[in-house]
Amino acid sequence: MDEHRDRSGDKMLKSSAAFKTFLMKNSQKSNMNLYDHLTRLLLKVMDEQPNDAVDIFEDLSYDVKRGLFEDTKNRLRDLPHTTLAELLAEQQRLLFTQQEDTEHEDELVESPLPNINEIGFYLEQAGVGLGREEMQRIFLALKQLVDSQPLILHCRLWGKILGTQSNYIVAEVEFKDWDNENEKSDQAAEEEQNEARESEENEVKKTITLVMDQLPQSTYKPPPVVPKEPMGTGSNKNVYYVCKEPGLPWVKLPSVTPAQITVARQIRKFFTGRLDSPIKSYPPFPGNEANYLRAQIARISAGTHVSPQGFFHVGEEEGEEEDEAPRDSYEVNPDFDGVPVSEMVLSLSMWVHHVQHILKQGRCSWINLAVKPEEDQNEEGEAEETEEEPDEPEPEVGPPLLTPLSQDAEMFNTPPWSTKISSTLTSQHAVAVLRSNLWPGAYAYACGKKFENIYIGWGLKYTGQGYSPPLPPPPQKEYPSEPEVTEALDPTVEEEQVLEDALEEQQAAPEEMENTDEEEEEEEEQELDND
Amino acid sequence: MDADSLHYSLELVAGSGNILNTEHRTALQTSLLILRKNYKFNRVLFWGKIMGIKEDYFIAQGRGDDELKDKKNLYSFNCMDWFLLPPATIPMIEEVSKAATGRFMGDASHVYENTILKKVGDEDEVEEELVRISAVEHRLAVTIHLIDDESSVIPRGAFIKNPHGFVQVNRCFEGLTESQAAKLDSFLHFRDPKTLKKKSLLELSELNQTIDFLDLLTDDVPKGMWSLQFENANKVLILRCLLWLGMTFYHVPMTPQHGYIYIGDGVRNLDLSFML
Repeated sequence: MDEHRDRSGDKMLKSSAAFKTFLMKNSQKSNMNLYDHLTRLLLKVMDEQPNDAVDIFEDLSYDVKRGLFEDTKNRLRDLPHTTLAELLAEQQRLLFTQQEDTEHEDELVESPLPNINEIGFYLEQAGVGLGREEMQRIFLALKQLVDSQPLILHCRLWGKILGTQSNYIVAEVEFKDWDNENEKSDQAAEEEQNEARESEENEVKKTITLVMDQLPQSTYKPPPVVPKEPMGTGSNKNVYYVCKEPGLPWVKLPSVTPAQITVARQIRKFFTGRLDSPIKSYPPFPGNEANYLRAQIARISAGTHVSPQGFFHVGEEEGEEEDEAPRDSYEVNPDFDGVPVSEMVLSLSMWVHHVQHILKQGRCSWINLAVKPEEDQNEEGEAEETEEEPDEPEPEVGPPLLTPLSQDAEMFNTPPWSTKISSTLTSQHAVAVLRSNLWPGAYAYACGKKFENIYIGWGLKYTGQGYSPPLPPPPQKEYPSEPEVTEALDPTVEEEQVLEDALEEQQAAPEEMENTDEEEEEEEEQELDND
Repeated sequence: MDADSLHYSLELVAGSGNILNTEHRTALQTSLLILRKNYKFNRVLFWGKIMGIKEDYFIAQGRGDDELKDKKNLYSFNCMDWFLLPPATIPMIEEVSKAATGRFMGDASHVYENTILKKVGDEDEVEEELVRISAVEHRLAVTIHLIDDESSVIPRGAFIKNPHGFVQVNRCFEGLTESQAAKLDSFLHFRDPKTLKKKSLLELSELNQTIDFLDLLTDDVPKGMWSLQFENANKVLILRCLLWLGMTFYHVPMTPQHGYIYIGDGVRNLDLSFML
């Protein structure tokens, strides 16, 4: 019995194996076999567990076959997905390449490159900074800037301005000699623009005069434009470069005009992070965000750049002559020994401003606008009366350079500066920290002979209780109000009656004149008076 | 931000310009541990710093079982001795909003006062009223409450509401993807929901009740109140609140790391509408 069973079992196995091989035989057409197909099909049914599987069995079979077909025939390439971080890393890679110039080694001794790592260390003590790695990247980016510009005398990290879409890292640069050509090209460009504008206006005027009678001329004269300070002086003393991220190209900011500073003082806007975006504000700002950024940098520098007293002193060569004019130059005092940190913390008079104050006019040095080259000699007669006021305007005078901070005005019931010591536990080796309350984000530290200023913030001044935008100017008067054009009340019926009577009497008078005496005349006069 | 990863997280939010010096950091690491033990908190967050004119207030926040409701705030001048702040109540908020103007003094004995001009009747008679804060700590407590209410942020999915109604840290949270992190609607306000109740049923039907129980940042008024950027070599997402300048939120995409810190002067930016 067992043998028989075994034999039949063997037979069964053999026949099933034969059938399996038959199933597994690849088709010549599609290179598929039924065994694999059925396996896939059943797996699909088990996975999906569709309702009425038997009815849609053919469709499922098609699906499985199609799925195989699609897989093998997929010719689409993988879309490489590059992230923002990877893109930036590619650009920042250049920061870490070593230059193979041997010539540079001599210059390294007197390189204008600041030691950002040291500054970063002290700033960290003060509780300010951008993070160590970021500081290192900025350090390398500054190196790139210094290497690309051979004429740089001084270079320092001015700070960082936060924007709503991206941020600006700002570098302050002082050149050895001012690029006159740059200046000229700037001015030439401006003049061209002005000429173009004027010619356009003239053309428009011409076309108008051809068509119709001449329009009444506007008597409005725009107030004189305050001229820009030349490069290397006042608010344009330094040139500023900005970049969005270390490693991205540095962009040079245009020089600032007094008009931009005066408007920037009246508006309050966030930076977007794009230099070419327009500034929508009232009063309208002359320029785009690059100009606004430059104006705010000038204001912040003028307000918050401070140094320990005695670090700088006024140059002695031009001594007495400059007594009247505000001093605008200073030198590093070689005899400066450093002020003890405890004194720097206790008293604000140990700190001095070393950047010139910007006057109301928008310039650091005041210019008399009334003394203009003689214009319009015909109008002299008219002008004489009105000129008296603007003829001798009081020169605006700001505090002289190197004024102690203790003389700064208090605004909005807030003292303008707060001092702190970086460490209370180990105060022997601490750093004196100064924080501006008027420009939140402006800090200075001093330690021995070392000091530094930095600004990291939104580029906005503290405005106390709240900002209220300036009102538009009152509308112009249409015409002078004179008795001829002023309205009067209509006379009442009685008044008209009285007037008519009086007129009648007047007409009657000449007839009577021949007969009557002088007395009657007097009576008439009295009557008229009563009317 | 969590006190345990303070060193790491401070480096990520340093782009706003404010960091803590090493002395403060180390002091916090010691004192916050003791704080957690003494007050029996589940975890302690370093909340931030409010800069006064004389001194700065360091703020810590302890969280209990319910992360959203069991919050206690503490302040310190030297990062070591912590004082508990009272919870902000509605009368306290009213009192502070009337009396407190300008910057924090950073002086525990300073009395904030303000004169309010009130119109009496129809005529132009004006009555002066002197308002004073009864306790200095009230202003601090109210300011922290308001900042938390208006600008504290979490990424979507970082916290879940469990069946008992407790809000807890989601241990399965693995971070937002980079494309999600670039959108403002994957971030939620960490406060009792306010705008969520006003949504229509159609909008609510798409929400997941365990995750989406908080308000979206995109519902905030005015639009543009948040500045969203990638920083630290474009690897970290940074959100800055423009209503409370100084509030910085960070999240490293594809990791569960997130947190926020406030280092500022504690004054709301009321000029926001002019500045955008």
